[in-house]
Amino acid sequence: MVMTSAPTPAPVQRATLVRPVSRAHRIGGIFRVAARPLMWLGLVVLAIAVIYPLLWMVFSSFKDNSEVFNNPWGMPGELRWHNFAQAGQAGVVRYFTNSVIVTSASILTTTLISAWAAYGLVRLRIPFGGPVLLLLLGGLMVAPTVALIPLFGLLQRLGIFDTYWALIILYTAFRIPFTTFLIRAYMLDLSPDVDEAARLDGASRTQIFWRIILPMCRPILVSAALLQALFAWNEFVFALVFISNGDMKTLPVGLMDMQSRLLTDWPVQFAGLTMAALPMIVLFLIGQRQFLRGLSDGIGK
Amino acid sequence: MNRTLNRWRTWVWVLPAVILLVVFVYYPIVENIRLSFFSWSAFSARPTFVGLDNYRTAAADPVFWRSLLNNTLFAVTSLVFQVGFSLVLAAVLEEFVHQRLRGLLRTIYFIPAAISITVSGILFSFIYNPQIGLLNSALSAVGLDSWTHAWLGEQGTAMWSIIGMSQWQSFGYTAVLFVVAIQRVPREFYEAAKVDGAGPVRSFFTVTVPLVREMTTLIIILTISGAFLVFNEVMVMTAGGPSNTSQVLGTWLYRNAFMNDDMGYAAAIATVIFVITFAIAAVQLAVSRRRRIQW
Repeated sequence: MVMTSAPTPAPVQRATLVRPVSRAHRIGGIFRVAARPLMWLGLVVLAIAVIYPLLWMVFSSFKDNSEVFNNPWGMPGELRWHNFAQAGQAGVVRYFTNSVIVTSASILTTTLISAWAAYGLVRLRIPFGGPVLLLLLGGLMVAPTVALIPLFGLLQRLGIFDTYWALIILYTAFRIPFTTFLIRAYMLDLSPDVDEAARLDGASRTQIFWRIILPMCRPILVSAALLQALFAWNEFVFALVFISNGDMKTLPVGLMDMQSRLLTDWPVQFAGLTMAALPMIVLFLIGQRQFLRGLSDGIGK
Repeated sequence: MNRTLNRWRTWVWVLPAVILLVVFVYYPIVENIRLSFFSWSAFSARPTFVGLDNYRTAAADPVFWRSLLNNTLFAVTSLVFQVGFSLVLAAVLEEFVHQRLRGLLRTIYFIPAAISITVSGILFSFIYNPQIGLLNSALSAVGLDSWTHAWLGEQGTAMWSIIGMSQWQSFGYTAVLFVVAIQRVPREFYEAAKVDGAGPVRSFFTVTVPLVREMTTLIIILTISGAFLVFNEVMVMTAGGPSNTSQVLGTWLYRNAFMNDDMGYAAAIATVIFVITFAIAAVQLAVSRRRRIQW
């Protein structure tokens, strides 16, 4: 009987309009009641899973061998700083120095050459500027591994195999495309009026670049430098293949060597890892904002 | 004449970049493709032309295929965690977590990305270590003794252990990129969804997912090409062992070039990597050229 009485048009419309909404409400309701605590639990567990291995590394670097074996989850009984001294002598200080040299030199060359090129591309009408841009774009697509074998011969012919120069030049060449695009994007947003004003005052392009443009680009230069630091400090393939002298190795490769030399001297190994990891973590915590801006600008181009 | 000269003088600005790129990036790529048609070793005076022999060697080499499979496993797992999981994580952080705490959690999740793969690789080889490692110790503590393994020493678990370490290191990095993308979505969209009665799950699928699509595509592409370039973590944790079961294209290339001294074959593997990563990059270019979503 009820079925024969056709529903009026209005409720039908209402139903189609409202149904998805009320279903969403139901799911939302369940979500709020049951899933909220679970979500918080998940976030906290995840944070612990991320942080704990690092804490374990730091704790273990203060332990002695028997503590590492018998009390893996606990805190060290005392702070054995001599583990760090030993790790330092086993090579970490050397590797650290090498990494600092290569990283800081390549930061300087990469940001300067990239900013220099970016300014030219943004403000000047360079003959074949389009193809140059394409050349840079193509450079973004090339992976270091692919160039490994020819570079092995090339660096030997140039006489820079097994020198800091090998790494500094390669870290610069392979990062110029990314860094140039990063800085170029920022320069495109600068008003050309500043340049023109300085031109009228008789400043040369070079003077404008050093005195006006570089200071104005400071925020993006900091981001570029931090990202280059992260790259160069952690780079592995080139450092493994093009440096064979044990005293010249950078941290990522040196640590691997050290691991095979020290074998079961666990606390010293942990101390070495801690010493290698700390600078980048500290740098990241200090420059977090610049890091993230660089990452999002660089990736979102 | 003078004008032309003046115009060319502007090349001073791009010359350093162009020279470095041509000599150290482009020349090696071209040279690598050429070398892949030769048979030679690092110390042989004269490479001999062998045509496609090196590629035939690859096609018949089970370790080559195993490496390709491992790279693929790497890519698929990373897609699940560094794209799927990270996107949900970013949305949850933005939607539910209070500003202050959100910043803290984001920082914590990102930290592993700031340390070198060598450090995290060695650290995890200790975690997986059967004598001192946390993993077996944790499994035993909850009564799962039967689940304990010599993680990196067994053929069945080595590759997955490396892949697991990589997820630990990288999910926070992509989550942060997603957070940046979500923050760029105008708040009105979420408010409009709320007014229409959409709950958080619904607004995730109807607002967040479509509006961060551009970032999602980029991260998918970066993740896949990253997975085909994996090298450092495998070198540090297993060097491809045991019995080549955790070999990837990069480490197999390295082994052939610098241990087996078969440079020609290594160059052929490098060309395969180049083709794969170049194809992925070309897709990226095509996608990023597409018009951005307008609002």
